[in-house]
Amino acid sequence: MSKLIVTSVSPGTSVQDVGRFGAQRYGLVPSGAVDRLAMAAANALLGNTLFAATIELGPLNSVFTAKGGAVRISLTGATRPADIAGTPFNVNTSVTLADGESLNLGVARAGTFGYLAIEGGIRGEPMFGSLAVNARAGLGSPYPRPLQVGDELPVATASSANEKRIDLPAPVEGPIRVVLGPQDDEFGDAKDLFLSSDWKISATSDRMGYRLEGPVIKHLHGHNIVSDGTVNGSIQVPGNGQPIVLMPDRGTSGGYPKIATVISTDLGRFGQTQPGRAFRFKAISMAEAQAEYRAFAELLQSLPGRVHDSNILMLDIKALLSANVAGVAVSATDDNTWQAPQPADAQD
Amino acid sequence: MVAALSPPRILPSGDAAITVEFSRTIDEEANRRVLALDKLVASAGLAAVTETVPTYRSLLVHYDPLQLGFDALGEKLTELALQPLPEAKAARRWRIPVAYGGENGIDLEDVAKALNITPDEVVARHVGGDYKVAMIGFTPGWSYLSGLPGSMQMSRRQNPRLLTPPGTISIGGIQTGVQCLAGPSGWHLLGRTAVRTYQLGRDPIFLLEPGDAITFAAVDEKTFAEQDRAAEAGAFVAELIAS
Repeated sequence: MSKLIVTSVSPGTSVQDVGRFGAQRYGLVPSGAVDRLAMAAANALLGNTLFAATIELGPLNSVFTAKGGAVRISLTGATRPADIAGTPFNVNTSVTLADGESLNLGVARAGTFGYLAIEGGIRGEPMFGSLAVNARAGLGSPYPRPLQVGDELPVATASSANEKRIDLPAPVEGPIRVVLGPQDDEFGDAKDLFLSSDWKISATSDRMGYRLEGPVIKHLHGHNIVSDGTVNGSIQVPGNGQPIVLMPDRGTSGGYPKIATVISTDLGRFGQTQPGRAFRFKAISMAEAQAEYRAFAELLQSLPGRVHDSNILMLDIKALLSANVAGVAVSATDDNTWQAPQPADAQD
Repeated sequence: MVAALSPPRILPSGDAAITVEFSRTIDEEANRRVLALDKLVASAGLAAVTETVPTYRSLLVHYDPLQLGFDALGEKLTELALQPLPEAKAARRWRIPVAYGGENGIDLEDVAKALNITPDEVVARHVGGDYKVAMIGFTPGWSYLSGLPGSMQMSRRQNPRLLTPPGTISIGGIQTGVQCLAGPSGWHLLGRTAVRTYQLGRDPIFLLEPGDAITFAAVDEKTFAEQDRAAEAGAFVAELIAS
């Protein structure tokens, strides 16, 4: 048994898995990772079950240290500089921290949340089947709150498995896709304004909700409706006309009209959008949204097959360029281009 | 001859949930239909349905679109919602003790002034109400009750408080509420109960169910303190007076 020690930590860092289900009728929200694809990819890199608990990393610097034995970890999600004693460590790969070694994580450059998985998962007491932190409800394990300096996570001692990399499909670009409703009829022309405007995520956003900044979306009949149920991605519009997209720590019910809902497939991509960066929404049909849902489920299931040993085909582009491979261009089907390698001379 | 039930509205809440809406307003009949549909969905054994969330006027049905599409589930839910309502049978009823006023209910005096009655009369009216758990939501165990006497209805506070104590009993609009955890609230705080509607490690973790009937009983501060210790140790404190 080893430990992973929290030596330094970004705000907004907490243990998250796929969340806890079945008690929303009692006001208990599922919580869980903001970017489920990245969380599952981190687990796939280590041979964990796809939805094992990981550390959801906030966007600033963090340091984690292995103690009492080696700890094998992987990193996915937001791109950021990372190193172990000065040796760079890439996103979407695994690495083993020797006892006493530290992983230094820099500030996120693209995206908001990173995912740090640990081989064998995190040891804790599941509550309603989940270790996910929900600080308001006092739930989560090993700590029912975001991580703090000095916390010690009990984890398995590293196996001798080869280090891995995962080949993920190119990130989806373009507008965040939504299905209109359930209360889109509370908005008239404002629906078109909502779909045709640039939006930015406010810096005051958190895991409960992302506040949007853009044009004022006006209600037809006022902003108070009788509370009804919410889902991850519900886009509610309060009195000031600035929408709030509900995130995994949302309230289970809300009393503002909901103009649309972000499709499940785009929740992670939306959650990774950095504050201040402009984006748009696009309405799609239910049939399209559910086809995307199926494709996303297939993508999740494909993750273990996208993991490869990282020492095979580790093409280092800079090294290739400096070796001037391109200067000896050959075609395997054209004898005339076969040339003897030139002596390394003037170019060096 | 029973009047035919009107079909509910089947509204999309994204690609993995359907809102079955019976009314746009708080309506006792709509809430009865919500709770009846909730039971029917549970007993229908629909494999695609993952969980349901009853509210005042709608039932939110979470489902797995890999198993059933929006149209097929929408039709099934409409069919269930049009089944005749079961005879209204007596719900189980809880008596919930409340320490009104003072530090426990810092808005009692202001509510009395606003209603132009004495604080004792506010307490008498609140205790005199016959309530039902219409829904539980927002945060764990936060129970929204219908049945607040019309003479006590007043709009919410202009400035919501960021932090109100656990166990707070409050009124807002036409509702009264039993709050479990400390948290923000824009309602008027009348008192506190030692009852934990949500408590980890206790069986059941959640004490109240949507549809339960509720009666309040006034207790003094000393009793509240004793009950609070008992509740901390796992006692219900709320008394089941009919089941």
